Amino acid sequence: MSTVSLKMAVQSLLRTRGGVHPPECKDTAAMPIQTIPTPTRLYLPLKQHIGASAKPDVVPLQLIRKGQILAHSQGSVSAHVHAPCSGHIADIVEHPAPHPSGLPMPTLEIENDGRDDMDEMPVAKHPHMLEPEDIVARVQAAGIVGLGGATFPSAVKMNLGQRKIVDTLVINGCECEPYLTCDDRLMQERPAAIADGIRIMAQALNIVGVPDVIIAIENNTPAAIAAMREATAGWRHVEVAPVPTQYPMGAEKQLVRFLTGREVPATKLLADVGVLVQNVGTAYAVHQALRDGLPLTHRIITVAGDAVERPGNYEVPIGMRVSDVLAHCGLRVDPARVVMGGPMMGNALSNPNAPVVKGTSGILALSADELKSAAERPCIRCAACVDACPMGLLPVTMATLLKSDKLDEAMGIGLSDCISCAACSYACPSNIPLVHYFNFGKGEFVARREAKRKDEEIRRLIEEHRTRVATVEREKAEAAAKRKAAMEKQKAEKEAA
Amino acid sequence: MIATILTMAAMGLILGLFLGISAHYLKVEAEPIVEEITAMLPGSNCGQCGFPGCTQAAAAIANREAPITLCPPGGKGVIDSLATRLGIDAPIGTAEMMPMLAYVREETCIGCTRCSKVCPTDAIVGAPKQIHAVINGACNGCRLCVDVCPTECLQLLPETISLDNWRWQRPAVAAAA
Amino acid sequence: MLASAPHTSGPRSVGFIMAMVMLALVPGTLLGIQQFGWPALNLLVLTAVIALITEAACLIISGKPVRIAVMDGSAVLTAWLLALSLPPWAPWWIGVVGAVFAIAIGKHLFGGLGQNVFNPAMLARTVLLISFPVEMTSWISPQPLFSAHAPGFMHSLAITAGLNHHLDALSSASLLGHVKTTMSIDGHAPLPAIIAGSFHPLASFMGTTAGSLGETSALLFIAGGLFLIYLRIISWHIPAAMLAAVGLLAWGTHMADPLHFAPPLFHLLNGGLMLGAFFIATDPVTSPVSNKGKLIFGAGCGVIVFIIRQWGGYPEGVAFAVLLMNAATPLIDHYIRPRIFGRTLSGDPLAVAKKGSE
Repeated sequence: MSTVSLKMAVQSLLRTRGGVHPPECKDTAAMPIQTIPTPTRLYLPLKQHIGASAKPDVVPLQLIRKGQILAHSQGSVSAHVHAPCSGHIADIVEHPAPHPSGLPMPTLEIENDGRDDMDEMPVAKHPHMLEPEDIVARVQAAGIVGLGGATFPSAVKMNLGQRKIVDTLVINGCECEPYLTCDDRLMQERPAAIADGIRIMAQALNIVGVPDVIIAIENNTPAAIAAMREATAGWRHVEVAPVPTQYPMGAEKQLVRFLTGREVPATKLLADVGVLVQNVGTAYAVHQALRDGLPLTHRIITVAGDAVERPGNYEVPIGMRVSDVLAHCGLRVDPARVVMGGPMMGNALSNPNAPVVKGTSGILALSADELKSAAERPCIRCAACVDACPMGLLPVTMATLLKSDKLDEAMGIGLSDCISCAACSYACPSNIPLVHYFNFGKGEFVARREAKRKDEEIRRLIEEHRTRVATVEREKAEAAAKRKAAMEKQKAEKEAA
Repeated sequence: MIATILTMAAMGLILGLFLGISAHYLKVEAEPIVEEITAMLPGSNCGQCGFPGCTQAAAAIANREAPITLCPPGGKGVIDSLATRLGIDAPIGTAEMMPMLAYVREETCIGCTRCSKVCPTDAIVGAPKQIHAVINGACNGCRLCVDVCPTECLQLLPETISLDNWRWQRPAVAAAA
Repeated sequence: MLASAPHTSGPRSVGFIMAMVMLALVPGTLLGIQQFGWPALNLLVLTAVIALITEAACLIISGKPVRIAVMDGSAVLTAWLLALSLPPWAPWWIGVVGAVFAIAIGKHLFGGLGQNVFNPAMLARTVLLISFPVEMTSWISPQPLFSAHAPGFMHSLAITAGLNHHLDALSSASLLGHVKTTMSIDGHAPLPAIIAGSFHPLASFMGTTAGSLGETSALLFIAGGLFLIYLRIISWHIPAAMLAAVGLLAWGTHMADPLHFAPPLFHLLNGGLMLGAFFIATDPVTSPVSNKGKLIFGAGCGVIVFIIRQWGGYPEGVAFAVLLMNAATPLIDHYIRPRIFGRTLSGDPLAVAKKGSE
């Protein structure tokens, strides 16, 4: 035990930068997972993942069974959408998205008939002995995406791992955001299932050999660490590594550097340094898909915050509205803000009718005291933000530049490398909304790039228009000249006759 | 004392001569910037900037007589290119810079095709006596169609915000202390 | 306006930071007041009050919200640091002029909190030193409170009012001043003997020598500085670099030529070096933001302090050194940046150390 701590201390010194220590608020870690019954209506967006929207295969009033594919993935980076219950499609509507803007997105509105008539996927007897391509195909068929929040289609990620030959698979059980404990409870209650999923995922990367597996868990959850150690006891190439409790330990680039010392170069992927990171929830979903034939239709989320009557960890059907979840858990007071995700990087929901989606890890109903919003004061250049930044950027300078519209200069000192973890905003004693400025600047950069692309398109269209008009004029003139010549010829022939 | 005065005067004369000669032989010629700027503008000669055409607007920008935000159809792309070329800071996220696109009000369109003939990017589709429509991706908000429509069914509206083009707004300016 | 992440905030505020710095100053200040008596306290209080009034006036003139800014403690801290660097028995108008200059010109003329280029306290001190050299170099040997020759409270008010009857009998040069004057009068004076005669390391360390309030107890100011480093209010880079620069330069030159260069302890424990290293040079607004930049800044301050003390016209160089390095801070911040994760120092992406292959 002491050698582990010493190693962690040395690694902390040499391999971590920045980071903050917000109060953990992990009271819900002691609360076992409960199930919320499926409500009457579910709202499944067609895009709950990175990549192209899925295309619906159903029409309104069509009867559906639980587990049925309702929408197919489109293109190379996409995921299917499955039905979490049986019933029928009420409509395909534009429904508020779980996004800060609350703007609508195409969503399947489902009416639940309460019968849970099931469609299961085919199951292999020994999933961890399948061929890697077979595993990936089944993961794609189950609609699994990264459940840590990034929602990258897992099959595409595993495919990448096969192509780039990954030698280390990191299972991210860090859960560094305050309040969230769903991964912690999952590891405490279902460690064997997670371990099984990990084994299957490792097999999917078995190209030149099974990769080493490191399960990273923050050291403030000793029960989870013990459970996973027990579940993987005796397994070769698998290590459970406690990591220091700090935010953002779970950020994958920082986590990989801490565990392996490898630093992902800017603009490159983790797979380029031979590492793949998957969330523990994703491992559990892989187990359910390949072992039990269940596609991704439910997930475990933490419901917390001072305004919640019965906080805890709940297994909910994907597509359940946030307002329905909060109604089930009870609200003691009117929340000052409803957040989907954790308090550091989560999205404030302007519309509580937005649904729980595949990437939802938690719903927070925060009181004004928890928000701690205070008036912005002038920057005193205390450099607390510089100390906090895990990417080694200078938030103080970038924010000053963005305030004076110097976007190119801000990009020049690393704005594009910002991961929006908000450690800087948290640390700022003057309550300057640093991450808001950086998201604003990054958005503007993208908007300018889009605008330039459209400008070139417009210029091309104007050229084409001019060419077309000139051609038409020319042809008209030629036709007129021909007609004139023909008429003159006729005239001449007439006179000759 | 006389020596001092003479020395200072001589130094002044020599340095002044030196400056005059440098101003003549080391003079920096004005670059042909107007053509560069004209190439950056959309080129549709719509006149919304107040100048008859894009070339005249470019000349005004080169002389710093007109702001770089003068071209609504150009949008952020043009502003950014001009800002980079001229070394000015382009304002970020101003509301006036939202792209404006033309939209047809279908109830009042009579299919006279006057708009489609005048559109410089052929963005309006529609056969004679049929309702016309504007292809958003090809429209840059030059307003030429709006001006010729006899039933005033064309209007210029800000581009609809959807999840694809939604951006964070500038944080509210705090009261400085 | 849509709410952006994060949806919580850290516990620190500007007021907290100022309060902690003032707390760290209290031990050294209390000892200074005990050593120099009521007049020192009068000066400190007067300077702080005038600073607050000036701050409020400037905020009203510039139309900014007054209450929250005045309550954050930054004006009082500036006045406190200024008072620590003044002669303890200076007349009242020194404190007033200093406070007004520091707050109105040193801080608000530049744009208010966070916008000034130069440390306001040091700016004011330098202006006072150049404008009123006599009053600013009239030092007193310590007259501990309630001791035989210490003035009573009513008498102290007279002293602060400028009616300095007993000053001549009690005046004493500061140690740095004494050494500089003696060496400049006679370049061949036996420096080691002079130092041996007048420099008692323990006295300088504990704080029983002549000088300003800030030049008293090296011990207490080091303790305050370490307290601030522990709380992460300041980082160790600037104090370490500044003290290391002075120490190394003093040690090196003393080894080479003990007849003309004082030993390192003499430099480290005398004058306002400890106060300067932990409390003045570390002013966040006027020092670089990156750690590497802070090291350069601290080292620069130390080098300049040594140069001025050794070869300059003034016996103490901390104020000038800090101001000169303040001017260099924007340059340091422009060129010295931390290495970004995933990139080299020059900003290009790291080369991929390929473990896997495609």
